Amino acid sequence: MCGNCGCSELGDLPIHTHHQPEHSKNEKIRSLTITQSILSKNDRLAERNRNYFLAKGLLVLNILSSPGSGKTALIERTITERTTEMAEDASAIASSLQDRLKVGVVVGDLETDNDAKRLRSTGASAIQITTGGVCHLEAEMVLQASQNLNLDLIDLLIIENVGNLVCPAAYDLGESLRVVLLSVTEGEDKPLKYPTMFKSADVIIVNKIDIAEAVEFDREQALTNIQKIAPEATIFEVSARTGVGMEAWYDYLEEKMHKGFSHKGFSTEDASRSQTDIA
Amino acid sequence: MHEVSIMSQTLEIATENAQQQGANQIHRLKMRIGEMSGVVPEALNFAFDVVTEGTIAQGAKLEMEIVPVVCYCPHCQIEFQPPDLFYECPQCDRLSNKIIAGREIELTSLEIS
Ligand SMILES: Nc1nc2c(ncn2[C@@H]2O[C@H](COP(=O)(O)OP(=O)(O)O)[C@@H](O)[C@H]2O)c(=O)[nH]1
Ligand SMILES: [Mg+2]
Ligand SMILES: [Zn+2]
Ligand SMILES: [Zn+2]
Ligand SMILES: [Zn+2]
Repeated sequence: MCGNCGCSELGDLPIHTHHQPEHSKNEKIRSLTITQSILSKNDRLAERNRNYFLAKGLLVLNILSSPGSGKTALIERTITERTTEMAEDASAIASSLQDRLKVGVVVGDLETDNDAKRLRSTGASAIQITTGGVCHLEAEMVLQASQNLNLDLIDLLIIENVGNLVCPAAYDLGESLRVVLLSVTEGEDKPLKYPTMFKSADVIIVNKIDIAEAVEFDREQALTNIQKIAPEATIFEVSARTGVGMEAWYDYLEEKMHKGFSHKGFSTEDASRSQTDIA
Repeated sequence: MHEVSIMSQTLEIATENAQQQGANQIHRLKMRIGEMSGVVPEALNFAFDVVTEGTIAQGAKLEMEIVPVVCYCPHCQIEFQPPDLFYECPQCDRLSNKIIAGREIELTSLEIS
């Protein structure tokens, strides 16, 4: 018997689908207008992250790709090469300045923490988010994980998202730049197959160009597709393995970082305020 | 799967709204899904059956309105519906990345009792 209205419909019928407006005086079906974006909660939290990171003078990268395109490899090389070089620059300017460019990494993975281990071996602090099957990172997860890093000592926060070109596109994390990787083994038409992701990218990196010839990668076709899908994205062609092409990527990052640093200069007050807000 | 988490969040919002109205059953949910939202309607339908089981929305109908992509060309100051994945302005042939509509994942209305 239906607990709602006392009728005796049973069997295979899904509960309550038998209810009609006239079925019971107490069960008038009425319509309710809502119009709410399902991701509005994440969007709000992402905006909070963005203000928080900005106040701390952090440049934040959200790195996305299919599994195996080379996200971890790119981050590893960026950390080891860039931090060393910046340190040399800094010592040239002021020899007392011992600090290196400090990088913090947040890594999302379905199950393991292998990537975080790989990244820690470069000397960077890396926090693993094991999503337990969730195929993307959300703004709240990133904020929680970032609390395990000393953000005041970090200049660049790199988020390696879960390897997936579909749903991470819809989840803003509060990043400054969205970086999408495509390796030459994945085919020239990848941007056409995942337009939502590629259209949301600020930067598109073609990785593994060291093996482009071996896999008969059609470079012209790939670049045409990328430019047509994402006309305003900045494109780099690199090999995270050999280091070819990475210089341009570093220069770009450095330019963006300097913009970030200028924020740090005049917003220390905001930074301490937003920290207490979140704590 | 992405659609399951989208659908659970949808159900959460729907349930909250229904309960605020003193309703104890949801009969119908209407959503707007953008063509460029990255969400697959069939997968949403499947996820809907899974997440509504044993809830006040069990057996409810899910209706989805697919929202086509609308772009804006800042040069010509016109809106246009691109015929393919390349968002080329029909007047000046420039590529646009200003998407005005087509990314929606929205719950628009409910039927409750
Ligand atoms: N040949 C070549 N292999 C690469 C390159 N970058 C990454 N790989 C390899 O691709 C595999 C996946 O890389 P990984 O960084 O773990 O990818 P992720 O899943 O996107 O983090 C590893 O075996 C890497 O050594 C590259 O530029 N060239
Ligand atoms: Mg990885
Ligand atoms: Zn009944
Ligand atoms: Zn997902
Ligand atoms: Zn135009």
